[in-house]
Amino acid sequence: MIELRPIFSTLRRHKTTAWLLVLEIALTCAIVCNAVFLIGQRLQRMDLPSGVAEHELVQIQLGRIGKSTEAMAQSQTDLAALRLIPGVKQVAVINQLPFSDGGASNSGIRLSPQQQQDTLEATTYYGEGALSTLGVRLLEGRDFQHGEYADFGTIIADLHNGDLKNLPSTIIVTQALAQRLWPGQEALGQTIYVGKGLPFRVIGVVADLGRPNDLNQGPEYSTVWPIRMTVADGSSYVIRTAPQDRATVLQSAVAKLKQLDPNRVVLVKRTYDDARHEFFANDRAMAGILVGVIAALLTVTALGIVGLASFWVGQRRRTIGVRRALGATRGDILRYFQAENFLLASFGIAFGMVLAYGINLFLMVHYELPRLPGIYFPVGAAVLWVIGQLAVLGPAMRAANVPPVVATRSA
Amino acid sequence: MFGYYFDLALRSLKRNKALTALMVLAIALGIGASMTTLTVLHVLSGDPLPGRSGSLYYPQIDPRESQGYLPGKTDPMDQMTWIDGMNLLQAKRADQQALMTGGSVAVQPDNSTLDPFYQTARYTTSGFFPMFGVPFEYGHGWGDAEDDAHARVAVISSQFNDKVFGGGDSTGKTLRLDGEAFRVVGVIGDWNPNPHFYDLNRKSYNENEGVFVPLSTSQDLGMIHDGSVNCWGNGGGGNTPDHNSPCVWLQFWVQLDSPSKAAAYKEFLVNYSAQQKALGRFGRPPNVQLRNVMQWLDYNMVVPDDVRLQTGLAFGFLLVCLVNTVGLMLAKFLRRAGELGVRRALGASRSALFAQLLVESGVVGLVGGMGGLLLALIGLWLVRRQPAEYAPLAHLDPVMLLITFLLALGASLLAGLLPAWRACQVTPALQLKSN
Repeated sequence: MIELRPIFSTLRRHKTTAWLLVLEIALTCAIVCNAVFLIGQRLQRMDLPSGVAEHELVQIQLGRIGKSTEAMAQSQTDLAALRLIPGVKQVAVINQLPFSDGGASNSGIRLSPQQQQDTLEATTYYGEGALSTLGVRLLEGRDFQHGEYADFGTIIADLHNGDLKNLPSTIIVTQALAQRLWPGQEALGQTIYVGKGLPFRVIGVVADLGRPNDLNQGPEYSTVWPIRMTVADGSSYVIRTAPQDRATVLQSAVAKLKQLDPNRVVLVKRTYDDARHEFFANDRAMAGILVGVIAALLTVTALGIVGLASFWVGQRRRTIGVRRALGATRGDILRYFQAENFLLASFGIAFGMVLAYGINLFLMVHYELPRLPGIYFPVGAAVLWVIGQLAVLGPAMRAANVPPVVATRSA
Repeated sequence: MFGYYFDLALRSLKRNKALTALMVLAIALGIGASMTTLTVLHVLSGDPLPGRSGSLYYPQIDPRESQGYLPGKTDPMDQMTWIDGMNLLQAKRADQQALMTGGSVAVQPDNSTLDPFYQTARYTTSGFFPMFGVPFEYGHGWGDAEDDAHARVAVISSQFNDKVFGGGDSTGKTLRLDGEAFRVVGVIGDWNPNPHFYDLNRKSYNENEGVFVPLSTSQDLGMIHDGSVNCWGNGGGGNTPDHNSPCVWLQFWVQLDSPSKAAAYKEFLVNYSAQQKALGRFGRPPNVQLRNVMQWLDYNMVVPDDVRLQTGLAFGFLLVCLVNTVGLMLAKFLRRAGELGVRRALGASRSALFAQLLVESGVVGLVGGMGGLLLALIGLWLVRRQPAEYAPLAHLDPVMLLITFLLALGASLLAGLLPAWRACQVTPALQLKSN
């Protein structure tokens, strides 16, 4: 067992320096705990399930030069032609994709027609055959039937004229949304209200389907509507194919579409994997920066410990020599410096925990971050203890090699 | 005296090369990280139109139905409906005004080596150019007459001019947009306000609008609207809503040259809202806001959270580096108690010792600062390679350069202060005796 009393009395004579080291360890510990937590948050975000067959989808968005009058007819012709391309399994015209840049369509949802404030803002997926093309897993109920779909353009015109009798009246929701709206209840058969109290009955529940963006509004709060889109509405052709066929299918599909109408410009052409990769690029960059900061912090702190310990060893050569002359072994000297570092690190870690908690509170208020889970504290402590011990090892070994004869020499 | 201290400092620093390097490196890393993030923050939170932004205002009104309205809590809408935008524009109550929205147009270059492409565009009324003080390289903007006549005229950016016409004075040339012929009336000079304050719906930074056409013309031709559409009630109109639909999708800016005019304009907005409520168009009591450019950017929290977080992180890092340097310097100065004791005994005053030690820490700071500057330049280069939309804007400007040096010098002097003060407390006699 190491005697702590002599360590304390030595440190008391180097109070300011010791406190500075404690402060440095505390700050490092606090920042590292929060930075690791932030990295965890980013990784979690990048790992969110989209619910779609990610490696099997490609997207093509087109713009047309000059007005097109027959958008619906043209979309149907395009779809028929795309289905004939070898390798194409399914095609649909869909307004948006999960976790991808581009616009997003959302709607306020209420649980009763009289309700004043929307319960939440959910994203709205449109497009005939969207679920089966995207490969979204249906948990309960059924998908829309062909006869249930209405054309987007017709719906807009009807709403504008106040003619509500031909509007669709069914909707499919994600499991996450169902549990948020009707906790503990059967979602099938429930009704939601949008706009001026327009009712939609839930006929199906799907497992996962992420929103395109605004993930802080609930990453899985998505709805699917029986609304038929055309590419003129800003929607995209989404093609399902085998993963290895994506590049060739994308190429031949674009060629086919240009051949059908040369007056079109390709706005977006990408695989879903690329779209998702791009969407989370900022998170990936931020995680990288955080890793860099953690590495730099730990390095600076470790070097600081090495520097200070070297100084102290140099300063106490005579004392060490005397101790050695009086019978202390090399191991005793080594352990003395290790214990001293452990003591300082422990003080630093204790303050660091409090500071880490404070920083987390600040981040919770200003950046909508969740509370720091308790697991980060022991892990942060362990990291700093290990770094401290590694950093002090070199100077401590040099101290242990001080020969006893030093005691007999005058300084 | 300073020269002598400087010489002493260099000798002392040379005696302990590894330690000196460590202190310099710590300061350089801290300064480099802080300056990189501070520069990005400075660029992103800057004034997009210095000198003008104070008198440019963004009127907000609330044309929604009464459902969901909480007095004093509900913010008015962030954009305008077509009807309100037109009403306010035609009222001409401000010194200048413009109604606008974003879009994209298909460009078919005459130059057959270029394929047709889509270009981000702005559909606006003529007030845009004089109100925002847009500089012209060639030609000029259009006037009210062209707005009224739904004229096929276009203003283009110099970048777009280079791409499509190969640069030069392109006024009078014909440009094919969405299959129609437009006459180029102006080429904009070097003008790229950041943040893109007048429309934050697409990108907040580094928006590249190549083509400007009259709002009236864009509506005639059904040019694609690109930006946010927010509808209420049974509204909903896809990306380009009908002019009568209950949707907001236009931005309306006014120039008001004095605070009293701004107050009067706010009064006008209140009266307008009350009048529209009386007519039955608005369901809510007057709910208006009139923010100037910087207030508008602030309200929209335009600086990304990540950037503020990174700045905080970098300063935390700088703090650790400084504490580290203070600790090392203290240990070093205290170790030289003997030498300092001799100097004291030979007649040097405490303040002389203090000055000598501060010069030593100042040298460390200066070298660290230079290293920090170098690291900041590398850091900014790395930022520019990031995927963020603001990335290309990350450049060091003279102001930030000056701040870097002051920060480095200040930080290291601060770091030297405590160790120097502690070290000059030595009692000369004691030091001499112990040896």
